[in-house]
Amino acid sequence: MTAPLHEPTADAAPSAAEEASLAEAGGAQAVQGRSLGRIAWERLKRDKLALTGGIVVLVLIVIAILAPAIAHLVGQDPETHHENLIDPLFSTPKGSLGGISGDHLFGVEPVSGRDVFARIVYGSRVSLLVGFLSAVVAVIIGTVLGILAGFFGGWVDAAISRVMDGLLAFPQLLFIIALVSVMPNEMLGLTGTDVRLFVMILVIGFFGWPYIGRVVRGQTLSLREREYVEAARSLGAGRLYILFKELLPNLVAPIIVYTTMMIPTNILTEAALSFLGVGVKPPTASWGQMLSSAIDYYDSDPMYMVIPGVAIFITVLAFNLFGDGVRDALDPKGSR
Amino acid sequence: MNQKSTGTQGAAAGDVLLKVNGLQKHFPIRKGMLQRQVGAVKAVDGIDFEVRSGETLGVVGESGCGKSTMGRLITRLLEPTAGTVEFEGRDITHLGVSGMRPMRRDVQMIFQDPYSSLNPRHTIGTIVGAPFRLQGVTPEGGIKKEVQRLLEVVGLNPEHYNRYPHEFSGGQRQRIGIARALALSPKLVIADEPVSALDVSIQAQVVNLLDDLQDELGLTYVIIAHDLSVVRHVSDRIAVMYLGKIVELADRSSLYRAPMHPYTKALLSAVPIPDPRRRSAKSERILLKGDVPSPIAPPSGCRFHTRCWKATRICTTQEPPLIELKPGQRVACHHPENAEDQAPQDTQLLSAAREAIELVPVGRDEAPAGQGAAAAEPATGSEGAAAEGTASGE
Repeated sequence: MTAPLHEPTADAAPSAAEEASLAEAGGAQAVQGRSLGRIAWERLKRDKLALTGGIVVLVLIVIAILAPAIAHLVGQDPETHHENLIDPLFSTPKGSLGGISGDHLFGVEPVSGRDVFARIVYGSRVSLLVGFLSAVVAVIIGTVLGILAGFFGGWVDAAISRVMDGLLAFPQLLFIIALVSVMPNEMLGLTGTDVRLFVMILVIGFFGWPYIGRVVRGQTLSLREREYVEAARSLGAGRLYILFKELLPNLVAPIIVYTTMMIPTNILTEAALSFLGVGVKPPTASWGQMLSSAIDYYDSDPMYMVIPGVAIFITVLAFNLFGDGVRDALDPKGSR
Repeated sequence: MNQKSTGTQGAAAGDVLLKVNGLQKHFPIRKGMLQRQVGAVKAVDGIDFEVRSGETLGVVGESGCGKSTMGRLITRLLEPTAGTVEFEGRDITHLGVSGMRPMRRDVQMIFQDPYSSLNPRHTIGTIVGAPFRLQGVTPEGGIKKEVQRLLEVVGLNPEHYNRYPHEFSGGQRQRIGIARALALSPKLVIADEPVSALDVSIQAQVVNLLDDLQDELGLTYVIIAHDLSVVRHVSDRIAVMYLGKIVELADRSSLYRAPMHPYTKALLSAVPIPDPRRRSAKSERILLKGDVPSPIAPPSGCRFHTRCWKATRICTTQEPPLIELKPGQRVACHHPENAEDQAPQDTQLLSAAREAIELVPVGRDEAPAGQGAAAAEPATGSEGAAAEGTASGE
């Protein structure tokens, strides 16, 4: 370059030298940057509603994991019958409010007299297990296929997108009902309830992946045109490097958001399936199944219907509040 | 820094570093069920030039004229449709990802948008260190130390190693992009609109940083820009592009003093003069009418004939070759300005040519437009005034 022009450089150069000398004076203490994840966490911490939801979710997870211990603590288990507490004439629990007492915190079931508290605690295991694992299945399939569709485009994209459209148009509840009812009682070394759980997780996950797949595909389509992808290519990066080092870190936020939003939906689907009698089989406890059997007693023993209903309501609400908070925290340009 | 400059001095200044021959890039347009190709966007349509070691080639042109595509073809981010790109005598036109990898050390790119050229999820250390990791190079003293040295070279605090891009301003981000491009001590740096996304005050800083780095490291630049003041300030030679073709390629002083292609002349007449006293030296502004024609179906013959005020019959039928009309000045035009007419027999102006332009007298209401040029103008001031005088005197 021929034309020398040093006025503006004069500003820049001393400041660089100054900073360098400052750096020397500062010694080893490095300036720690705040990552986007950390900023999101700090934002989430300020969102009281989301935090409450998150705490409830944590409590639920702890309850599910420690279900036997908790039931043991109150001296009950979900499968012992207490026929002595049942009114033989109406087969409803003796006493008011479905037999709530010091021994049976949430009362007992009609007919069998099983402890409702223990069954609710054990039921959380089924709900959370199906909710989480089917979300995991959906996220894995959805992320992999979504990235492939978005990154490679062309016929790969066309094929995957048409499959997603097809699945989204499928009457999934009917399909699951049909599938679960023809399931064998034993499969892959699993028996009874475990087979039902396994199939439910796979099927709910399988019908859930297009929702995540579409989001991931769209994000990938927009991210792959960014200049930092070109920058990586101009440095000699291959496709795998670009996929895993440049694109995936930017996809984590939407994937987390959609996972937290998907879990409550899956919990509701599981409850619906159990309610319809194609979920887990009795005597294994499940909230949907309890609701289903409470229908016959809704006027004589309303508490038996209210309790599992409230359990489902609280769980889904907590997940949704938490999910909303996570979305707001990760996407500052969003609604708020 | 010293070991770097000696490293790049290997090729003696003046040797041809990059040679481009008949380079083309046509983006296919596909339609229908079978994705049949129904046409092509001729973004770059046969260009030839060479870049000598140590010089700065400026590339100017309107938006959509193919200058960014050309930059991406040279760095092989896009696959050329035809033509060849030779770097240090080696044909790199069709090398694959792995074949290109060693070449990538020598050819680097600075990107236009500092907000999208840095991955928001990576720290500055990771971004500037990526070239070493990708190329499997371990610099002396480790990657971290080298990255911090590079940050210092571009005028950033090396302690910001662990920070994320969103914590920096646009100008600082562009410096980070420059540090990344310099990491492997390249020989050739392609800068695609390196300052157009920045504030004018920051533009000058970044342009001068590039200037200083060239002196220190012996770099060769191809700088793509649409701001004529920036190009004038940084370039040794300038290529003017119109619709995927180079219409004029000349030394900076020749081009600004006596532009030969009518398009160049029109472009230069649009540069505002910040000094009102000097404004009278400039006679008038040439306003081109209409839009740039579509690169899908470029005009026959000379591509500029639809907007040229000197266009004649030959311009619609014969494509003018890019020939050297004066030492160091190559022009593709049948009826150049400031030079002998290449088709004197053809004098009948096209009817369209008579309305192709509007001449606007200069000297009123131009003050606000002056700021774009303000940054670069002072250095070239006196020379600029002389150049303008000559240009209008013809």
